[in-house]
Amino acid sequence: MIPVAFDYLAPSTVDEAVRALVDAGEDAKVLAGGQSLLPVLRMRLAAPSMVVDLSRVGELRGVREEGDELVIGAMTSHHDVLRDQLVRTHALLLAEATTTVADPQVRHRGTLGGALAHADPAGDLPAPVLALGGDVVLAGPTGRRTVPVERFFVDYFTTELAQDELLVEIRLPKRTGWGARYEKFSRVAQAWSTVAVAATVLVRDGRFVEAKVALTNMGAVPVRAYAVEEALVGGSADADAIHAAARHAAEGTNPTSDASADAEYRQHLARVLTARALTAAAAV
Amino acid sequence: MRVTVIVDGVSYSDDVEPRLLLVHYLREHLGKVGTVVGCDTSNCGACTVHLDGRSVKSCSVLAVQADGREVATVEGLARDGRLHPVQQAFHDNHALQCGFCTPGMIMQAVDLLADDPDPDEEAVRAGLEGNLCRCTGYQNIVRAVLDAARRMSPGAGPEAERLTDEAAQVTHVAGGGQ
Repeated sequence: MIPVAFDYLAPSTVDEAVRALVDAGEDAKVLAGGQSLLPVLRMRLAAPSMVVDLSRVGELRGVREEGDELVIGAMTSHHDVLRDQLVRTHALLLAEATTTVADPQVRHRGTLGGALAHADPAGDLPAPVLALGGDVVLAGPTGRRTVPVERFFVDYFTTELAQDELLVEIRLPKRTGWGARYEKFSRVAQAWSTVAVAATVLVRDGRFVEAKVALTNMGAVPVRAYAVEEALVGGSADADAIHAAARHAAEGTNPTSDASADAEYRQHLARVLTARALTAAAAV
Repeated sequence: MRVTVIVDGVSYSDDVEPRLLLVHYLREHLGKVGTVVGCDTSNCGACTVHLDGRSVKSCSVLAVQADGREVATVEGLARDGRLHPVQQAFHDNHALQCGFCTPGMIMQAVDLLADDPDPDEEAVRAGLEGNLCRCTGYQNIVRAVLDAARRMSPGAGPEAERLTDEAAQVTHVAGGGQ
């Protein structure tokens, strides 16, 4: 299929990109890696009059440390996230989840910022970023603003980003030495996650010092499993504690029913996958 | 929009619509029909080419995004009438039935061997997860990639290809003497 005709700009700085979005008005779309947007355009599910391509904005790529934070440029590709030693050291959960995204070709083009801004409830990166905590930085015509990750995801395919704003970077608190696991369930290869669980934990002397758990596709936006976290922290890092805590995984969730799973089954999966994810993350 | 792209070592300059997909540019503007359109949904990987040395699905890249960049297709792999070692391994291991997925399989296999010159079977299967063979001929495809890795054991790239050529010549001479 062939997309509807559109105008195209490939700015080389964030300021130029924001100006292009302001000038283009309502009908503009931001192109990051294009691995969701191009299929959408091809199927004519979207017909923007203007596409603003960020692939030539060099300042949006790369990973760096700033004090206690790991800062990831929004246009850093999944491939580069996977190769990055800082990510592996300070945000292992993000690396674990990124390995499960699509396939090598898509990981060469697709970007972390693009995946977050797309906000697909079945997407595999929103939940790990939510579990890791931290902020996203958005650039617009009046400057930059910092938004906590938990306020960024608003609804299905909808984020805090205004029409004339860009996601420029993701700032994650360093989780150095934490164990991590992204446990994903889908019915066939290449299918979206039916449900997935992102878990990262800090274990010391056989006890959970900290635990962060978030769920993919258990609602319109990724959700933190706070009840699981509370049940774990301070307790022993063993199989009994993990299974007891995992029973709380679906509390307060309102997953959809569709062709691949009904809501009740999704809640069952959330509990099972949470136990598996924690077991692997804590190396129990 | 004016784009200048190097494809298989040759520079092309063309006016294209921004909505033109890279795969359509290759096939319809340049006549590079070795790269095929399989699924049109980004699943199958038949349209895989290399963009600046990295495998991409050319149905999910705009031609304008390749402006100033370098594209390698399956048509550019053979040198001086000799198949690339990965192509030769596909031939020797009967790693194709209908052949439609083959251009994408080969381009992804070259990418995977450049990353990991000595993959085990599991790594080959994971590396090819974005490429579908509707004939389900995966056994021989995986065998071919492992065989290609052995042939290119010093690593991927021009040097490995030269060594393979020398080996092929030696075999040829030996065969001719029998």
